[in-house]
Amino acid sequence: MTMPLFDIENLNIAFSGRTVVHDVGLTLERGEALGVVGESGCGKSVTFLASLGLLPGKAKATGRVRLAGEDILNVPAAALERIRGRRIAMIFQDPSSALNPVLRIGYQLGEALQLHRGLTGQAARQEAKRLLDDVGIPDAANRLNAYPHEMSGGQNQRVMIAMALAGEPDMLIADEPTTALDATVQAQILSLIDAIRRDRGMSVVLVSHDLGAVASVCERVAVMYAGRIVEMNTTEAIFDHPRHPYTRGLLSALPELTGPKRRLVPIRGSVPEPWNLPQGCAFQARCDGATTRCHQSLPELVPIDHSSQRVACHHPLPGAVMDDRYVA
Amino acid sequence: MTDFKHVSFALLAVDQVRKRYFARAGFLSTPKPVDAVVDVSFTVARGETLGIVGESGCGKSTTGRLALGLETPDGGNVRFDGEPLPQQGSPAWRAMRRRIQLVFQDPLAALDRRLPVTAQIRESLDIHAIGEPKARDERVLSLLTSVGLTKDHASRYPHELSGGQRQRVVIARALATGPDLLVCDEPVAALDVSIQAQVVNLLMDLQAELGLAMIFISHDLKVVRQVSHRVAVMYLGTIVEEADADVIFKDPRHPYTQALVASSPTPRQKMKAPLLLTGEPPDPAARPSGCPFHPRCPKVIDMCRTVTPTARQITPHHSLACHLTEPAMLEAMAP
Repeated sequence: MTMPLFDIENLNIAFSGRTVVHDVGLTLERGEALGVVGESGCGKSVTFLASLGLLPGKAKATGRVRLAGEDILNVPAAALERIRGRRIAMIFQDPSSALNPVLRIGYQLGEALQLHRGLTGQAARQEAKRLLDDVGIPDAANRLNAYPHEMSGGQNQRVMIAMALAGEPDMLIADEPTTALDATVQAQILSLIDAIRRDRGMSVVLVSHDLGAVASVCERVAVMYAGRIVEMNTTEAIFDHPRHPYTRGLLSALPELTGPKRRLVPIRGSVPEPWNLPQGCAFQARCDGATTRCHQSLPELVPIDHSSQRVACHHPLPGAVMDDRYVA
Repeated sequence: MTDFKHVSFALLAVDQVRKRYFARAGFLSTPKPVDAVVDVSFTVARGETLGIVGESGCGKSTTGRLALGLETPDGGNVRFDGEPLPQQGSPAWRAMRRRIQLVFQDPLAALDRRLPVTAQIRESLDIHAIGEPKARDERVLSLLTSVGLTKDHASRYPHELSGGQRQRVVIARALATGPDLLVCDEPVAALDVSIQAQVVNLLMDLQAELGLAMIFISHDLKVVRQVSHRVAVMYLGTIVEEADADVIFKDPRHPYTQALVASSPTPRQKMKAPLLLTGEPPDPAARPSGCPFHPRCPKVIDMCRTVTPTARQITPHHSLACHLTEPAMLEAMAP
């Protein structure tokens, strides 16, 4: 077996002593796109921020995060500097706050190119122009002189992606990259990320609350709830036959664009606070199938039915049985 | 037989309204006119929900504010229950405002952080002198119950409630005056999926129960289809297509609506890449000539660059503004 590009094992993250991420484990192969979905506060962003040492001092992360077998969690800053941007790049939700408003686009791209690739002067300028071309910004040579406020949100996100590509990373972590963008621009950015990944064989982690966006880009999906991964599988399987009641709940709560209208089925109640987690399964209070066992013991994320599907539930939903959404 | 739902007396009739703002590009530059809404017309009947969708800057929120009388149109007129909207700020306007209420995106900004939620709901009963003062507290509790909150929530402050609960409080406050029309501007955009479904169901139930007319403004096509009877798609200040909610996303006819539909992936339906639009949402300060959509339209023809298309009915319930679907055009393109 070959070594995965990136893997997380037993990652726990605590803020001021309160654990918000519990025993997260996942792997990412070269060239693979993994989606991480969940609602606000489920720990999806924090997991990846911790992996890159981007959390504030009051946060403590324990466990293992490895890049090509090499430990990168809690390593000295100097070692991280060789990884961040160079081997793993990250883009965020709001591109206009990630860019420096008083510096020209070309200068900011040049900085990344000098830092990661040692390019300066004309060579850096040429490469910056090529990167802007790659991410689909028209009239790239002139746009290098623009300031972020002179460009739209979609174009700024393209600049962020260009900057992320400057270090020629093996892996891109995109944290809600399209949440702040309009529908048609969101579609453009998602297909850009998809195209770049295919062209460069880069691995992608797409962290998002938008199940549709994840389905469009990713091959595999991990669903997080209250700081744990509760289900993980291929995109098709997880959305066609969710096995965890929470995953099915998320899907039933989403309206459809076509087909017969049905009443939405919300998940009752709300997510428990991280400091107020019940004993046993964190989803028990909102779950229709909860039993005494769910109140007493925590279900582990284990493979079921000898497949690639992993579910953390004592009473997983039946596999390839049609659910009522299909009977229409 | 005519369909009575569509000929019945419109509660709100918006006719050819325009709104122009002036914006400065820089500190010393002369303000430039920005046409936020251009000749928009629609009607909303009692018990009906009109969805308005579009991207940022398309004028959907301004349209909502014009319908509420929060903005005075520069042209055209808005009639509510057969009467023109009274002058903003006048006593007649204030009296009318109890019949039109609004719900915004961010409930935390809409609520007063220093008042418990009961006091905030009671305030609107006091302002509009609804019911006997003694009976008002009871009315507040029944409003809280009707939006799915309990007595326990009544004495809490906004920060002690979750996002979904706060939006319920805002809805309860909007319903306190017994409005006929509810304008909801992105009411679920800030909520998580599972909570969003709770609020969507609540709005639909309340509407059916109270016979409210509703304008539901959102960028989320799926949510809009769920709650609306009819949907208007806006682009650069104009309505480019309007039809029944079931029809418009199944059989979109305007190239922009088609692009919006193709750009809305669902977990089981990936994006249709070939239909991706190029270009960015347009700048209302720099309106193109002719059809506002022509610079991004994949099907653009010469005529689109110079002549502005007007809305036409293609079926009794489906209208759109696109040269390509005009009868003469269809004839010319026929083999």
